[in-house]
Amino acid sequence: MHKYIIRRILVFIPMLIMLSIIVFALAKAAPGDPFTGKILDPTVDPEVFNEQREALGLNDPIPVQYFRWATSMAKGDFGESMYYKGRDVQSLISERIVNTVYLGLFALVITLVVAIPIGIYSAKNPYSPLDYSATTFGFLGLAIPNFFFGLIAIYVFAIKLGWFPAQGTISNIHITGFSEFLNRIHHMVLPGITLGLAGTATYMRYMRSEVLDVLGSDYIRTAKAKGMNDRNVLYKHTLRNAIIPIITLMGFEFGALLSGAIITEQVFSYPGLGTLFINSITNRDYPVIMSITLLLGVAILIGNLLADIFYSIVDPRIRYD
Amino acid sequence: MTQQAVLQVDNLKTYFHLEEGKTAKAVDDISFKISPGETVALVGESGSGKSISALSIMQLINKPGRIEGGKITLNGKDITNYNAKQMTKIRGNDIAMIFQEPMTALNPVFTIGNQITEIVRKHKNMSRQEAHRHAIHLLKLVGLSRAEEIMKEFPHQLSGGMRQRVMIAMAISCDPMLLIADEPTTALDVTIQAQILDLMNEMKERFQMALLLITHDVGVVSQYADRVMVMYGGQIVEEATVDVLLESPKHPYTQGLLDSLPMVDKDVNRLGTIKGTVPPAYDFPSGCRFSTRCPHVMEKCHSQNPSLSTSDSEHHVRCHLYPSEVKE
Repeated sequence: MHKYIIRRILVFIPMLIMLSIIVFALAKAAPGDPFTGKILDPTVDPEVFNEQREALGLNDPIPVQYFRWATSMAKGDFGESMYYKGRDVQSLISERIVNTVYLGLFALVITLVVAIPIGIYSAKNPYSPLDYSATTFGFLGLAIPNFFFGLIAIYVFAIKLGWFPAQGTISNIHITGFSEFLNRIHHMVLPGITLGLAGTATYMRYMRSEVLDVLGSDYIRTAKAKGMNDRNVLYKHTLRNAIIPIITLMGFEFGALLSGAIITEQVFSYPGLGTLFINSITNRDYPVIMSITLLLGVAILIGNLLADIFYSIVDPRIRYD
Repeated sequence: MTQQAVLQVDNLKTYFHLEEGKTAKAVDDISFKISPGETVALVGESGSGKSISALSIMQLINKPGRIEGGKITLNGKDITNYNAKQMTKIRGNDIAMIFQEPMTALNPVFTIGNQITEIVRKHKNMSRQEAHRHAIHLLKLVGLSRAEEIMKEFPHQLSGGMRQRVMIAMAISCDPMLLIADEPTTALDVTIQAQILDLMNEMKERFQMALLLITHDVGVVSQYADRVMVMYGGQIVEEATVDVLLESPKHPYTQGLLDSLPMVDKDVNRLGTIKGTVPPAYDFPSGCRFSTRCPHVMEKCHSQNPSLSTSDSEHHVRCHLYPSEVKE
């Protein structure tokens, strides 16, 4: 097991290098640089911009630029933002990422708390009214795009009903302590539900089909034939098996939530990594764009590794030796 | 038989209500009893209703199946209308069951130890340590010498034969009065089959259990059973002691089954077959259910389903060829 994890982490390195090349190539392939579109002031000599480009190394050959970027990234120096003058990318990212992680966790909790019990109920009572409603909700949840659901949620729950704030993370900065916590949760409800919507639908469908599948298996019949009661059959024998693919999926969810947050945060003007990312794209702030893209890539790689490790923990048949 | 029967089944009917209003009469009016210490074999092709009969006794019929009628008496107690909670005290404790597929019958994510101790802790109120000791004792009893290690192992680490031994250990763990074995050796290698059957027989003697052995292997029947019931189309078509049945089968279906077996002392060029297949349980022919495949079919067979004769208490048969024995 340890060997397997070490091997997987070693495989990380070439994948990371590939990822960095792709990220860099994409950034370079995009038209324009930080000075494009800024040449509005006719009094500034275009030559000045060119000098600036030269100073920033934007005129160097692309492989040289890549190596300069990659080595500084490897040293943990993500560079300086070109838009927020004088701010390094680390501090920009680190002040936003906390919000995104909280939002992601909140969405994940909502997803699991809603999806798993409903999925189990649907499997225990297939074709019941609640199962049909859940199925309908599931398909809607998968079919409705995040941003659209977010806009409707804002219109209904923030504007019409006024139950939840439409944007931001906190009402004002003077709130502290437990009420700060509550206030932040209150702000996270709408974006959290929006972000978790597709996941909730997916997990619910998965849970339903897994539980149904397991309930029909031979070993459940054995458990019943042993005289185990319904509770034991469901919560011990069935769930322990049905949860295996769910736990595996959760590893992937790790990366999916972070990248899904990009659109949701934008809709709710939630100051997380997503809004920073979109703003950086609009501002052609390449160091930030590249760092966030790389970060999301790493998050997905880690998520996959976690999925594999979880898988071997919950399923004794899987041993990576 | 002066002794009280361990299990008595009267007029058991288990139907499956399918879509489009069809009803599959998987088990249609069967009656039999099993005496203490007796091994009764239930024989028939796939789809004849053997397994459904067994699951009905355990009340483990899933939707859309339902026990429509009849009475199940266990050791003098009518358990027909027991509710789910009462049944959990019967299953595994009074009636134990072994299934066909040892590869899938054990839960893959729990250790063998967990799965055995679970049942004895439930029915025998044993403490964790007692249950653990008892489980090791059981595993040794069924011939698994590495019992301590196997306790910590998962089902996928054992072979099919070993898993079936574990199933037997689990089945005998609470000293049941009746063991139902549903094709316990069908999925095993031929060399292992005999070992498992011998083991079951040994356990049966040792724990004074009655055994209901469901099989389609007439060879197994001749070796282990005291009495045989032949099932066809959800009904018992012939019932006799094993010697009588093998010597002089009456029902054309039983005759066909026996003809299809190779015999050491008979020199035949071609083994007999029964033409056709078992009709689906929602589409039995009117009249005798075997009439579509019977070599001796008569006019009467298409209109009237014969009842099971009871004139000869040792040998019952459901066939128009034996009119003197059929009560109209």
